Amino acid sequence: MSTEAVVNEEVAAKPASEPLFSKKNRKLISNPLDGDNPITVQILGICSALAVTVKLVPTIMMCVSVLFVLIFSNLSISMLRKVIPSRIRIIVQLLIVASLVAIVDQVLQAYAYDVSKQLSVFVGLIITNCIIMGRLEAFALANKPWPSVLDAVGNGLGYSVILISVAFFRELLGSGSLFGFKVLGENYTGNGVMMSPVGACIVLGLLIWAQRARNGYREEA
Amino acid sequence: MKFLRNTLDKIKPNFEKGGKLSFLHSVFDGLETFMFVPNHTTKSGTHIRDGIDLKRTMFIVVLALIPCTLFGMWNIGYQHSIATGVTNGWFDNFLYGFLQTLPIIVVSYGVGLGIEFTFCQIKGHPINEGFLVSGLLIPLCLPPDIPLWMVAIATAFAVIVGKEVFGGTGMNILNPALTARVFLYIAYPAEMSGDLVWVTGLKEGAGIVDASTGATTLGLLAAGKEMSVSAWDAFIGIIPGSFGETSALLCLLGGAFLVLTGIGSWQIMLSTILGALGMGFILNAVGGNVYYDFPAINHLLIGGFMFGAIFMATDPVSAAQTAKGKWIYGALIGILTVLIRVFNPAYPEGIMFAILFMNVMAPLIDNYVVKSNIKRRLSRVA
Repeated sequence: MSTEAVVNEEVAAKPASEPLFSKKNRKLISNPLDGDNPITVQILGICSALAVTVKLVPTIMMCVSVLFVLIFSNLSISMLRKVIPSRIRIIVQLLIVASLVAIVDQVLQAYAYDVSKQLSVFVGLIITNCIIMGRLEAFALANKPWPSVLDAVGNGLGYSVILISVAFFRELLGSGSLFGFKVLGENYTGNGVMMSPVGACIVLGLLIWAQRARNGYREEA
Repeated sequence: MKFLRNTLDKIKPNFEKGGKLSFLHSVFDGLETFMFVPNHTTKSGTHIRDGIDLKRTMFIVVLALIPCTLFGMWNIGYQHSIATGVTNGWFDNFLYGFLQTLPIIVVSYGVGLGIEFTFCQIKGHPINEGFLVSGLLIPLCLPPDIPLWMVAIATAFAVIVGKEVFGGTGMNILNPALTARVFLYIAYPAEMSGDLVWVTGLKEGAGIVDASTGATTLGLLAAGKEMSVSAWDAFIGIIPGSFGETSALLCLLGGAFLVLTGIGSWQIMLSTILGALGMGFILNAVGGNVYYDFPAINHLLIGGFMFGAIFMATDPVSAAQTAKGKWIYGALIGILTVLIRVFNPAYPEGIMFAILFMNVMAPLIDNYVVKSNIKRRLSRVA
């Protein structure tokens, strides 16, 4: 009964539906890139930001994987949002995310074995990435599929921007190279701090500092 | 003196609000109060401003460091003479060490003060001389052969990440000088540890006659060997090591000066030493291998123990503030230092990690001391 009523409402609302990239929808992508960034503002997904950012190539693979998982899990949860009983929603979300991660893992092992080796357990740990569960809970469960996909793209890109910047500085200062090419010369002395996760923590902190100095964001006490 | 005062008064209006050089206000203020004790008075209530402000305090610490610095310069020359097999007079040795270390000191002060002044100007803060001491402590705890660009980036790292991100002088949770050292130690271990960096010239190897002289006692301990120098030499400081920390005697002299002038906390110095001795004796009593059996007294003499306990652990900003807290803080530094040296020979310099670790723990210690005090007093009225 009630489901039908909701569906009817949606149908009724359809004629007034907004364009695909309305201002509101564009906000879904642009907000997580800066003012509502999942890493620097919400401080989620720190574990992978520290663990996989030694070199640029694995980092980019990681970003693509997270983006893939985020988009498709947001999409499927959003499509299923009316049939998932709310008491078991977490386990349903986990099941979907875990299946997607298994796909990513198999694809990486088949087509990018070296990178898959370097990422090791952190591909599997995408399941526990707070950004994914956070977006499912906070957005996909309450929104239609298309905005959910946009939200996933926005958050995935926001995650990627930060991860790639951290990896850029770590690879440049730590090994003197970018994408494996020695850009600082053969005699560059690698900085051991940047090779260890400590360096990622420091670079991340400095990025957060720079961002907050620019847009004046303050943590609410 | 009169002339200086008059000159300062004459150019002062340029730097006041509205003057043409007002953007350099902090710099001027810093220099003026550096030369003259400011005559600020308190604005309300019955308070007295002490003439011993931060600048005077820092200057006393620098004075306390002078004996270590001068001796360190001589010792660098002396160790180099031994390694190259020439006999030099004491002045030649001193001159060699002086020329070797002067660039390090200049780079450390230049980079650190440059960053400090820039931040103060941007934020409109008055310039604090917090870096006056750090700028000398950084060279003193580094090996004499360290490349200058490493000194520069370590100093920049220490001032920015160790201090400015927390809000500048007085707000830092870590000792800036040790932050610089630990940064270099982890970033460039090849230049900061091993047998070749403690005596100048060993790395290039030109004209070296005795290749076995380079290891520090701490390094030998880490390799599981007996002490190669006499305890007396280690006490006086005629051993290879970082620039300013080899002489336990002169560190104690500087410490005595700090305690007499009331700048350094004797509670922290004493409890650190007692903590290390106590832990050392326990391990000696247990015995078993060369690390356990290393005499407790010698733990105090080798490495940077005395230097750290006296000049680094007592940093008034990053140490514990409460009276009881100081004892706990110091004792744990001593205990941890010996534990790290004995149980983790991969990181021989235990005092560095121990002090930084306890810097982080200091607010927690203070918190519990204050809480227990409140609880004790509440129980009286209840």
